[in-house]
Amino acid sequence: MTTILETKNLEMKFGAVYAAKDVNISIASGEVMGVIGSNGAGKTTFVNMVTGYLTPTSGEIIYRGKSITGKATRDITRLGICRSFQIPQLFPELPVIENVLIALTISKQDKPVLFKPAIDRSLEEEAHKLLARFDIDQYADQEIQTLPQGVRKLVDIAMATVAEPDLLFLDEPTSGVSADEKMDFMRILIDALKTTDTAVLFIEHDMEIVEAFSPRCVAFYEGTILADGPTAEVLENDKVREFVIGSEFHREAAKETSNEEAI
Amino acid sequence: MLTATAIAVDGLGFAAWLFLSSVGLTLIYGVMRILNIAHGGFYALGAYSSAWAIGLYTATGSTVALTFLLIPLAALIAGAIAGLIVERGVLRFMYGRDEVLMVLVTYAIFLILEDVTKLIWGTQSYVAWQPAFYFGTVEILDIPYTVYKFIIIGTAMAVGLALFLVLNKTRVGKLLLVVIEDREISGALGINVTLFFTVTFVVGAILGALGGAITAPEISVSPGIGAEIIVLSFAVIVIGGMGSIGGAMIGALIVGFARAASVHLYPPAELFSIYLVMAAVLAVKPYGLFALAESRKI
Amino acid sequence: MTKHLDRTEIGLLIALPFLILVAFVLPKWIVNYVHVSMGTVLVALGVMIQMRAGLVSFGQGLYFCVGGYAAGMMAKFLGITDFFVLLASGIIAALILSGLLGFLLRRYREIFYAMLTLAVSMILFGLLSSIEELGSTDGFNLPTPSYLGWNPEGETSRLTLYTLTCVIAVGCAIALNRFLKSPIGYVNEAIRENELRVEYLGTSAHQAVHLTYVLAAVVSAIGGVLWALPLGHVDPEMTNWTTSGQFVFVSILSGTGNIAAPMIGTFILEIVRVYAVEFSPNTWQMILGTVMLLTIIFLPKGLWSLLTKKKKPKKSAGAKAPAAGE
Repeated sequence: MTTILETKNLEMKFGAVYAAKDVNISIASGEVMGVIGSNGAGKTTFVNMVTGYLTPTSGEIIYRGKSITGKATRDITRLGICRSFQIPQLFPELPVIENVLIALTISKQDKPVLFKPAIDRSLEEEAHKLLARFDIDQYADQEIQTLPQGVRKLVDIAMATVAEPDLLFLDEPTSGVSADEKMDFMRILIDALKTTDTAVLFIEHDMEIVEAFSPRCVAFYEGTILADGPTAEVLENDKVREFVIGSEFHREAAKETSNEEAI
Repeated sequence: MLTATAIAVDGLGFAAWLFLSSVGLTLIYGVMRILNIAHGGFYALGAYSSAWAIGLYTATGSTVALTFLLIPLAALIAGAIAGLIVERGVLRFMYGRDEVLMVLVTYAIFLILEDVTKLIWGTQSYVAWQPAFYFGTVEILDIPYTVYKFIIIGTAMAVGLALFLVLNKTRVGKLLLVVIEDREISGALGINVTLFFTVTFVVGAILGALGGAITAPEISVSPGIGAEIIVLSFAVIVIGGMGSIGGAMIGALIVGFARAASVHLYPPAELFSIYLVMAAVLAVKPYGLFALAESRKI
Repeated sequence: MTKHLDRTEIGLLIALPFLILVAFVLPKWIVNYVHVSMGTVLVALGVMIQMRAGLVSFGQGLYFCVGGYAAGMMAKFLGITDFFVLLASGIIAALILSGLLGFLLRRYREIFYAMLTLAVSMILFGLLSSIEELGSTDGFNLPTPSYLGWNPEGETSRLTLYTLTCVIAVGCAIALNRFLKSPIGYVNEAIRENELRVEYLGTSAHQAVHLTYVLAAVVSAIGGVLWALPLGHVDPEMTNWTTSGQFVFVSILSGTGNIAAPMIGTFILEIVRVYAVEFSPNTWQMILGTVMLLTIIFLPKGLWSLLTKKKKPKKSAGAKAPAAGE
């Protein structure tokens, strides 16, 4: 397994506050990992830095051997790193299919094209295929703002995969999805992503999901990494239990459900 | 030395005029996030009311001194009436809508106000010079200036001080600052945001009208002064940072002195010295010198 | 480049010969209004394509004026009367100015974009109003144009200019229609909806805005030349923000749903204005303002949306797949 992303001593300072400090993570190609941590622990900040939305105040981000620290988001997307958002970032007044078509159009053009039509039959077919992969093609013609959160999240993630990234960050993919639907939702998602060789890093608050779907887990706390390793170990880690998941987490009950549901 | 004094005094005079003519605009934007193009309409209404009232009054031959009361009175009445009608009649149905949409709405209102002004006062010019020369002139280094100019400067300072005190030292002012920060939370805290909006808008309208009313004696009041002042006010508040009253003061000072300097040193640049300054400021600070902060989106 | 023309383009091409016919059939004063309207139509289109990106240009008159003055100055100072050279000079002037200004403006959105475009247009207003050689606030006159050496006069000249204007206007409209359907056109819609996502999808929003700005500028400058030549005159009012406001008004009223919308809207507006100004000059702006308010409140997508009522979601290919895993 080759390492595709490596961060070195990433630090993000806002005034006197460290949103991230000494963040060292390496991600291998095709890896699936979960990221946990309470709100404000630095998870989204980490994703924001790697994807170019924030420029770290110090440290380096190396992707496929080259530094991408401080590059613009659009360049990083083109290089192969994409993300979805905690609050789905979509085009609300346009129908789902157009959201995807726009994503496809953009990913396919290198230089600005002014007078050629963007959308043709084959592009539309491709868009529908993509939606079908995530099981949401039936919503194709509906406007985003009329759709429930779960569908919006899937559209958001689908759009993030359009550029065929090697590394995909999913920011709380199941938040807003009702508790009894989370597992199914996650399954659809992971199945859809399995068809490519994409490394997936997902931020999650639901430990059952983390256990069920990711072999590796990273725990954040107050901007730093508390633990990084096989999920079972990380979830047993004392500090992680104290600061992140809470000691009342019933491991036995969780073990039962995850044994049934695990891929 | 002479030129320096001239620039200093003229600069101060311009600055005072610009501040009075823009502060209402920035106040309304700061509190309600509405860029009120109708501000030009309020300015014009104030100018016309003031000029007309002074004209009527001086025709009766009574003492000119009392025209100084007419000016703020005209501003108050014109601003309050117009402000109330606009806010209660149109704006309150549109709160929360897109900022640019609100600009278009206020632009439409401005168009209406322009014609209302024409319908009431016709298209001829009104000249009401009496108050401007009442106190005569004073000489600084042999250059004559009307005392009226200094009255305007004094008024600007008084208005600035009053706003500062109200916003920072009174309870109402503190609540207003809360509303400026976050209107949703303010409502949740029990602050009557609707009332604040109405009052703010009316005060802003009155201030706009005051700008026009106090300027009237120095100019020939005619159709088009509203359209002119909008552009100038925009430039001033953009430089200072939209929504910031202190910023409006600084912006007015910068532009005032820039304009005075160009009048005395390089007249051809006078008309657009204000835009040059604006461009220069924005090149360094894209949202003005004291712009309100924006929070993170993701 | 696809050979297929969509409905709008076909409609425009069909309308073209009729438009030209108007000059031979209708009385002169009507033709004059149609003629100058075609110039302002182009400026309205310039506003419209920017509006698709969510950007309101409150200073489009800048390029309207740049076009007119560039052509005018070529005629006045260099004695050039050739229509095509005059047109080209307007285009080049707009290209250069918008190319440069675009670097500044592309960084702004929302009300800042509106206000900066307004401010920039007023800079030109101040500048032109104070230059004596250009007639200050009175402006100056333009000569009758010639065409590659041919110097028609009277009726022939008028009709030639009119026909050329129609052809160019329709041509620009078709080009802009294509633009709206091009990748950049879609990126613009995306920018309006969620610029952050556009960047995350891998393209530069700033660049798209810049290109749109330049295109709108060029088209508006063409409009300026086509407006100034039949009139025979230019003045700084062309770049006054109140003039720009009219173009914004048309875009709001017509809506941005279709290229034809602002075109029809402009024609209607011009006709109504003739009568309104004659009938009651002090209420024209009031009428404009009221109509604009009503449109914003009741028909936010403009009058064009009346023609395209929300269609029921059409069955696009592949939408029939049963939901798996139920």
